Amino acid sequence: MGLLSDPNRRRALISMLTRLNAPICVVCYFAGVAWFMGLAFEPFTLRTYMSENAMGSTMVEERFPAGERALATGREFAAHKKKVGGMPVDWLVKNMQDRGLEVFTQSFSRTLPFPDENKERYIVKGTNVYGILRAPRAPRTEALVLSAPCSPGDNNNQAVGLLLGLAQYFRNQIYWAKDIIFLVNEHDLIGMQAWLEGYHHTNTTGMSWSPLQGRGGSIQAALSLELSSDVITSLDLVLEGLNGQLPNLDLANLFYAFCQKIGVLCTIQGKLQRNDWDSVSGYSHAVQTMMLMVMKQASGRPWGDHGLFLRYHIEAATIKGVNSFRQYKTDATTIGRLLEGMYRKLNNLLERLHQSYFFYLMPSLSHFVSIGYYMPAFGLLAVILLLRQSSPGVLSVLTPLVISHLTGVALYALPIRFQETAVEHFPVSETEAVVLTAIAIYTAGLALPHNTHRLLSGEGTEQGWRVLKLVAVLYLAVLLGCTALINFSLGFILALTLVPLAAFVTPHVPKVLSAFILVILSPACTLLFSVFFFQELQDMPVSFQDGWLLFLSVISQGILDHSLYGSLVYPLIALLVFPCWLLFWNILFWK
Amino acid sequence: MAAHRCSWWSWLLILFSLSVFVVADIHETTPVNDHHGGVDHNAQTAEQTADQPAVEERRWEATEVKEAATVDAAADIQGTSAPETVVPSSVPQPKDDFQEELVIRPLHSGDIYASFQFRTLWDTDFMRENKVSHYRLFPKSLGQVISKFSVRELHISFTQGYWRTMQWGQPFIPSPPGAELWVWFQDSVTDVDATWKELTNVLSGIFCASLNFIDSTNTVQPSASFKPLGIGNVTDHSFVRYATLPREIVCTENLTPWKKLLPCGSKAGLAVLLKSEKLFHSSFHSQAVHIRSVCQDWQCKTTSWELRQTLNSVFDLHNSGQTKREWSLFKMFSRTLTEACPLASSSKLYIDITDNPQGEQFELSPATSLLSQAVVLGDRRTFSVYDLTQETTFGSVRSLNLLIRWKSNEGEMLRPLLHAERYVAGYGLQTGEIHTLMYNNHPYRSFPVLLLDSVPWYLRLYIHTLSVTSKGKDNKPSYIHYEPSKDRVKPHLLEMLIQLPPNSVTEVTVQFERALLKWTEYPPDPNHGFYVGSSVISSLVPSTVAMHTNSTQERPLFSSFFPCKEESSYFVRIYTEPLLVNLPTPDFSMPYNVICLTCTVVAVGYGSLYNLLTRSFQIEEPNPGLAKRIANVIRRMRGVPPL
Repeated sequence: MGLLSDPNRRRALISMLTRLNAPICVVCYFAGVAWFMGLAFEPFTLRTYMSENAMGSTMVEERFPAGERALATGREFAAHKKKVGGMPVDWLVKNMQDRGLEVFTQSFSRTLPFPDENKERYIVKGTNVYGILRAPRAPRTEALVLSAPCSPGDNNNQAVGLLLGLAQYFRNQIYWAKDIIFLVNEHDLIGMQAWLEGYHHTNTTGMSWSPLQGRGGSIQAALSLELSSDVITSLDLVLEGLNGQLPNLDLANLFYAFCQKIGVLCTIQGKLQRNDWDSVSGYSHAVQTMMLMVMKQASGRPWGDHGLFLRYHIEAATIKGVNSFRQYKTDATTIGRLLEGMYRKLNNLLERLHQSYFFYLMPSLSHFVSIGYYMPAFGLLAVILLLRQSSPGVLSVLTPLVISHLTGVALYALPIRFQETAVEHFPVSETEAVVLTAIAIYTAGLALPHNTHRLLSGEGTEQGWRVLKLVAVLYLAVLLGCTALINFSLGFILALTLVPLAAFVTPHVPKVLSAFILVILSPACTLLFSVFFFQELQDMPVSFQDGWLLFLSVISQGILDHSLYGSLVYPLIALLVFPCWLLFWNILFWK
Repeated sequence: MAAHRCSWWSWLLILFSLSVFVVADIHETTPVNDHHGGVDHNAQTAEQTADQPAVEERRWEATEVKEAATVDAAADIQGTSAPETVVPSSVPQPKDDFQEELVIRPLHSGDIYASFQFRTLWDTDFMRENKVSHYRLFPKSLGQVISKFSVRELHISFTQGYWRTMQWGQPFIPSPPGAELWVWFQDSVTDVDATWKELTNVLSGIFCASLNFIDSTNTVQPSASFKPLGIGNVTDHSFVRYATLPREIVCTENLTPWKKLLPCGSKAGLAVLLKSEKLFHSSFHSQAVHIRSVCQDWQCKTTSWELRQTLNSVFDLHNSGQTKREWSLFKMFSRTLTEACPLASSSKLYIDITDNPQGEQFELSPATSLLSQAVVLGDRRTFSVYDLTQETTFGSVRSLNLLIRWKSNEGEMLRPLLHAERYVAGYGLQTGEIHTLMYNNHPYRSFPVLLLDSVPWYLRLYIHTLSVTSKGKDNKPSYIHYEPSKDRVKPHLLEMLIQLPPNSVTEVTVQFERALLKWTEYPPDPNHGFYVGSSVISSLVPSTVAMHTNSTQERPLFSSFFPCKEESSYFVRIYTEPLLVNLPTPDFSMPYNVICLTCTVVAVGYGSLYNLLTRSFQIEEPNPGLAKRIANVIRRMRGVPPL
């Protein structure tokens, strides 16, 4: 403050900021990127530790013995599934009843707004089966959930088998203080959504379901199990949920602690932890793991059945059994013991998981980056927007603002509305119609400046574009700031691409080159690059042709996620980010 | 006359001193409806005579109607004439009586329900001028409470677990999870609230429970749901107080003081079975104390105080980890019975064998030939009776270890005529909705229920959103009593009389807003959530016996046209599960951060800003006057700092 109270120094500071504006912005940008990349460097990150005392030092013994029997049950389940050609409801009900659970079913149906070509479904009808293990002398106020999806084909039979095996074993134990709900959901996320909406009696997505008959009070934590082979090499933990929400870090810590204790290989993002952080390959491994998390989180999709729990303030994660060609194998009994241990510790909880972090990134399962460490990277990018605003009447820019947002609304609303018209007139399927309409509207937005100027009265003045830029830059700063608070990954990726263009764009830069850069850095192209990058990170590079198809399916999935589960990424892009980008496009073509 | 009195005295003496042995025979013949009041008696005997041909090979306990009647009469005479004879004498003879019984019911789900009842009757008046000071069977601690606080009726229960109506049917005495206390005060009490406050604190000490947490924020005055169970038609609900503590955890520390109230303690009689390590290894545990005044005879000329201590628990078949489905007293309680409580006038063990007439479901050993029938909760039940006051009951090994061996294996859900559930709907920490579902599973009869909801103030009910629907249609309650809450002072009270249509689900919903508490009002574990006590549903439910009358086979036609009044409906009170609601909770590690941050911001930020705003900055060339310059030169020479 001494700096500011001295008028000379104040003047000097201001003149330095104006003189060195461009270099400072460049330095900030690269510093932001460098900071972000540094987050994956192990010495800069914190080791994970258990914050919740109730789960910390208390001893639990794992004694689950019946892995083989569980697998046999899984095979029986598979046979019945094949026979029925879907969810073997009666068999499951009977089996759960025999295990001493209170069993209930819930049927649901949902017509998708347009056919989902990835999973080949349009009109979805199904039944969830769940059994409640009532804890002795507990007043039905708290519950834990263990779920396994009933997937088509030969997937996840072992998960259901293990679930039933655990149910039988848990039933004979006296120590439960919370009810345990064993849920087998059909049609993966749609079934889960129906069950959660039924349990909480809300209807956010217009699904129809039959009301639930039995409940166990407020759900404290949930695990979803995916297991498709009798033996596995490693267990993968999936944390990313709807809208980039993450469960409390203690859940990940709990999983990690038990993997260490029991001796199971555990991975996150399918990546094992490596000890050679000081080598280049070790560092790049950590960067890859973290970048995968960033990409997945930014997508805002639920990456497992657990993802939908997070909306209801229920800490949840998916545990996936991975069977690769490594030598190291783990059998079902061990996985059962791991789950038993986790549930016993969750059972000890006195409060909801709240002690540890909710906002974090994980470069490996044993290290994490907390919000305090990653926010500066974003802050360095956002400060550029504040530095680039030049002094400025705001009303003159109302027209481009309104028109940009109308385009956004069109992008948001029209694809699904006009799919039928499109299908009638063009030789495309519904899904293609939706995606292509979206892309068409997006592209049509590029013609906006010409239309805007026709509507603008008189000549666009020098003052005019400056005001517009000020508004646009502030808009972007607020938008990115808010996004980054909720979903850091999405905010950061958008900042990475949108901030440079926001910083340099004026009507006086070379038109063609700038227009090209602007298009390259537009949200849609960012998505396209992200698709390629993601495939690269997963060591599954794709050709441009496949990449494009993947890009189209990602768009359709995004729209579906919005209408099925209430994901907010598509509306955010369509209604806010895209109009914002259009403002910059407008500035470039200011006359 | 003297001779007459003398003979009476000898009569009484014999009765009292030898009651354990002599009266045993007589008591065996007393019908079970000790606890159903005398009215049931006649109807029941009629039933039994009707049923008799079918079960001739068994000895019905109450078939000897004549004898039972004479005994009753004797008791009546004893009850009425004794005071007359005794009053003139200066020594008041306390006439107290203690009975104990245990009912064991194998449940549909395969669990075992054990219900203990201990009843002490005392013919005394706690309210009179000179305090009662001589206590025999009645516990002194409770007697003093009754007289000091002018209690008309007191009901207190401690429950760990939730009664699963769908699997277990109706309990004999229902209770909500946690602690429940409701008290009717005498009309003479002037300041009911103060008396209530003091009473809860005293009871808290007696039962080692946190009843002292009962204050105005969780106490309500139900207008209709809790009527006195004893004699007396009090309708002024300003003398009743009702409170629940859903969070109360019941454990051995509550059981020990409860056992100490028994005349025999846990030394003899049925109470030897009450071992805490086994009792708290069950699915459900509930202990209660009910104090009320009852009639001594059917004319109700005199009244006496009744102390009824009950303990219900359900033992889980699965949890024991055994494959053989076998239960015995020893396995349940790790004790066997060897004697009755010597102070008890009656000590019996009932096993419900209604579902097992031919022994197809389970096998009972040792078998007893003594049977008894009673209409319990609208259903006619058959019990095997073991009289502990008889030597023969214990057999040659001098100990009774009852054994139940299961044969069939079924655990289907029941469809109780009335059951209810409750949950919180919605997500997020701003608003929510309480749903209460009430199921009427009766195929053709509708019946009214009284719903009582007491919701803490920190859930602000939007009472305009209250809706009652059944079968998709609006169901207008015929009576609504609503008292709004007052922040930090009193809870919401909502009582409604709702008609439940046959075979339907009635849903009561009301929206609420979650209040933001002051930061000192949060408990140490705020993220656990806040409890909302159970709703109470009281109703007269048409009994299943009445349902069967239409299709009855064995009864004569003339007896079954009009449904019998006494049995046509029965009183049921059910409790829903308590709710656990999360309120918006600040991060309690934050206050520290906030304090640090605010201090820094105030000190550094505000200080400098204030400085900047109030000081004007001017660049001033240093141009001192000539005189000052000279003065400074001189000062420098003197070695003094310049001006």
